[in-house]
Amino acid sequence: MNILVLLKMVPDVVEELKIGDDFKSLDRDWLRFILSESDEHALEQAIILKEKYGGTVTAVAPDAPELDDALYSALAKGADRAFKIIGEWDIYRSPGLAKVFSRFIEINNIMGEQTLILSGSQAIDDLEGEIVYYLAEFLGLPGCCVVTSVQYNPDSNCITLLKEFSGGLRGEFELSLPAVIGIQAAENPPRYIPIAKIRNIMKTQKIEEIEIPVEGIPNGLTIEKLFEPEVTDRAEILEGTPEEVARKLVEIFSDKGII
Amino acid sequence: MGNGIIIYIEHLRGIVSDISFEILGAARKIADDAKMTLYAVVAGKKVDALLPGLGKADKVITIEDDSLEMPTPRAIADILNAVGSAKGISLYMIGGTNISSGIGVILSVKQKIPLINLCKNIRYDDGAIIATNQLFGGKILSEVKIEDSKGIFCINPGSFKSEPGKSGTFPQTETFEFKSKESKLKFIKIIEPDLSDVDISKEEILVSVGRGIGSQDNISLAEDLVAVLGGAVSASRPVIDQGWLPLNRQVGKSGMIVKPKLYLALGISGAPEHVEGMKDSSLIVAINKDPAAPIFNFAHYGLCAEIEDIVPVLTDCIRNKKG
Repeated sequence: MNILVLLKMVPDVVEELKIGDDFKSLDRDWLRFILSESDEHALEQAIILKEKYGGTVTAVAPDAPELDDALYSALAKGADRAFKIIGEWDIYRSPGLAKVFSRFIEINNIMGEQTLILSGSQAIDDLEGEIVYYLAEFLGLPGCCVVTSVQYNPDSNCITLLKEFSGGLRGEFELSLPAVIGIQAAENPPRYIPIAKIRNIMKTQKIEEIEIPVEGIPNGLTIEKLFEPEVTDRAEILEGTPEEVARKLVEIFSDKGII
Repeated sequence: MGNGIIIYIEHLRGIVSDISFEILGAARKIADDAKMTLYAVVAGKKVDALLPGLGKADKVITIEDDSLEMPTPRAIADILNAVGSAKGISLYMIGGTNISSGIGVILSVKQKIPLINLCKNIRYDDGAIIATNQLFGGKILSEVKIEDSKGIFCINPGSFKSEPGKSGTFPQTETFEFKSKESKLKFIKIIEPDLSDVDISKEEILVSVGRGIGSQDNISLAEDLVAVLGGAVSASRPVIDQGWLPLNRQVGKSGMIVKPKLYLALGISGAPEHVEGMKDSSLIVAINKDPAAPIFNFAHYGLCAEIEDIVPVLTDCIRNKKG
């Protein structure tokens, strides 16, 4: 299988997020970037598929802070090549990025009968998300998102997928390659790579840089403003030593008839 | 404003999803305020059984076809595109659910109109439609506006009450002829969750763990608490994805919807996908070290603390109380 995995860096929401002076974007001075969580699972699923069925894994991402670390880590995990798309990316959302990725695929002549394109199911940082379906439309391929399992049958060149619905229900689907799949969670948690191995990869392998000229990038609707959620009904915060707050909680549980 | 609004009625196994009633209610208000016609589209293998209760729509448009038993997003997008073109409408509302994911994107590409995902509110105001979206795990909201009634709004489940969308009256209907194209994505079967050891949707007490629990070893803190408090241990998505707890313990959009008497959230940030699954719990108590965690906006009581510091003390305290 020829697996392409599309990655994106997003702000780490564990950190404090500050809205910029334009009230339309986040203040980048405050942001720490991490690999989008579902993209990390897509990368893991790509490596698992390579280990099971053979083939190659190519990781591609638009330039962003901390991206090199993420791409070297992808190589250390087992990706064969890593591409960084150079450009000013903070203004692009999923429709624009999908256009750039589809152009990358054309320019590099990546599409083949056994091509599987993976990405994260949904990004947290844009209004559209679901880049996989944009890409499927632009490339004229079948697509499926919220996937948690991918099995490949080389004889039929088909993949079998599990897609999450709701209430714990999942749907099994079958799909012939080439295809675009949005991973919600890989079948195993993303593997840990020791820093020494990543350092070693930095010495032996290179991140390939590429520019993708695209005219007339579609980019959806303009955001009028960003703001923090207005809290009308915030929790009553209990304060004190662990013993004090534990006693307060026990009182509350007792009052509500829970214990 | 334009000619009307088209909403998509999502259903699974012969039951109309709650999100469809949430949207019916919200869209009804917009249609009334903007003096527009509200169309609801129902597509499936057998649609008649789905129609009662959809009376809040001015007209329900039905498409029946054997191939629509478990339709692909592309098939539904094709239908919504065809209905919109026939009625001269480019304003849509769709559920932001896993089942409907992709419909909005594909429709947006086909119609060349913007997609506005992750909506938690949508309203009509002085000739414009304004939506509020939950970005960055619910930590930041954005506001977008359309003035030409061209756009697709995907509504996060739980954003509106479903009651205003429910109706005892049978809707006016219109059948729409549509032949789906052959799809390369083939539905095989539905897989039920494994509830052999526990069904968390039936538990009265849930001690639920999130990423903030830190490590697999710390799950035992929640298990010790459950041993004295009763109930079961549940979790948010990151804990399940790490393989620290099995899939049947997951609360949220893809997991179970729970309404226990007590939902004790340990190290759960409160992303919209999680809140969707537990917001109707009678008593929500959240323990999280991040004072800005959105979970504190949904909880009744909150503690800003490290899980390891507080949970063992709480367990001892309950054990003593129970004697």
